[in-house]
Amino acid sequence: MKLLSQKRLYKYCCNATLTLIIGLLSFNLLADPASDKEKFQNFFSKKFPSIEFNEFANGVYAIDPESRAQWKDIEEFPPYVFAIEEGEKLFKTPFITGRTYADCLPDRGIGIAHTYPRFNVRKNQVVTLAQELNTCRQFNREEPLPWGRGDLALILAYLASTSRGKEISITISNAASEDAYNKGKKLYYSRTGQLNISCAHCHVDNAGKRIRADILSPALGQTSHFPVYRARWGEMGTLHRRFAECSELSRAKAFPLQSEEYRNLEYFLSYMGNGIEANGPGARK
Amino acid sequence: MAENSIKIRAKKVDDLVHVKTLIKHEMTSTMHGETSSPLFIQEVNFEHNGSTVFKANWGSSISKNPYLSFKFEGGNSGESITVSWIDNAGDTDSLTAIIG
Repeated sequence: MKLLSQKRLYKYCCNATLTLIIGLLSFNLLADPASDKEKFQNFFSKKFPSIEFNEFANGVYAIDPESRAQWKDIEEFPPYVFAIEEGEKLFKTPFITGRTYADCLPDRGIGIAHTYPRFNVRKNQVVTLAQELNTCRQFNREEPLPWGRGDLALILAYLASTSRGKEISITISNAASEDAYNKGKKLYYSRTGQLNISCAHCHVDNAGKRIRADILSPALGQTSHFPVYRARWGEMGTLHRRFAECSELSRAKAFPLQSEEYRNLEYFLSYMGNGIEANGPGARK
Repeated sequence: MAENSIKIRAKKVDDLVHVKTLIKHEMTSTMHGETSSPLFIQEVNFEHNGSTVFKANWGSSISKNPYLSFKFEGGNSGESITVSWIDNAGDTDSLTAIIG
C-alpha cells in the first residue's frame, strides 16, 4: 500500500515536471522576435565579454588576434575595391527601356542595403535586395542575373558600400512577417545533413572554438558584411551562396538560392544582428 | 591598353617607403581548361626618381588580381613613384602616385 502510493507520487511528480518542461519549451518557441534578439545578443556579449557590440560585424577577426592582424593588412587594400567600382558602373547602366536600377528602389538604392531583407505585405513574403534587383531587371525586359556570383554580387557590393556605418534595421511588423521570422529561426536551430548539425551548433554553442584549422565565427552580425570576397572563392559572392556552402558543409542538400527557406533564414539572422553597423562588402578567407 | 587597372598606395614610415599595389588582371592559366593560351602579367616595374626600385618577372602561377607590397630606402614624402606592367599579350598600364 505504502509502496503503491510512493509510486503514484513519483508518477505524478514526473508528469508535473514533464508538463512544466513542455510548457517552457512551447513558451520558448512562441517567444516574440524582440525578446529573442535581446537574449541572442546578450548571449554573445556574455560569451565574449571583451568584445564591443559593433565588433561582432567582423566575425572571427573580432575574436582571434592573429587572424585579425592578417585581415587588417588585407582590409588596408581590400580585394573588393574593384567590385565596388564595377558594381557602381553596372548599377548606373540603363536598361533597354532607358530606366535604371535606381528607378525601382527606395531612395534610389543608395543607403538602403542595411534595411534588407524586408517583409513585403503585398507579396506576403520576405524580399531580399537581390530579388529587388532582378525584379527590376525583369520589369525592364532584361534577363535576370544569376543569384550567387557575378554581376549581381558586384551591384550588391556597391549598394552595401553605400550603407556602411549604418545600423542594421530589420523590421517585423505583422503576424505574417513574424511567421516568416519563425520559419527562419526554426531552420537555424534544426539539425540537418549527414553530420546532423544545425547552424546554431557551430555558430552559437561553439562559436570561437576551433573546427580543424578554422575558428567558428559568432552568429551575431554574420550578415553585416555581405556580399563578400572570399579567398576560397577568389571572387565576390552573395549571402545565399554562403548559406548553400554552409548547408553543403553539414552534408545536406542546399536549398536553391533565394528560395523561401534561405530568405526566411536571412530575415531571422539579419534581425538578430539589428543595431550592428553594416560593414559590407567584406573580405574573408 | 588596360584602363584603371592599378591601385597604389605609397607611404613613408620611419626610413622606409611602404608601397602597396593591387592590379586588376585576369591572369588565366591553362591549368583549369578555361583557355588554351595563358594570359599573364610578365613584368611589373616600379620606378622612383628615374631608377627602378622594384622589378618582378611573373608567370601564369600568380593569382588573379594580384596584390604586391614591398618597402624601399631612399624615398621621401612628396616624391612620385611610377608602377607599370606589361602582359604576355602586350597589354600594358601604368600609374604614378605621390608618396605620402
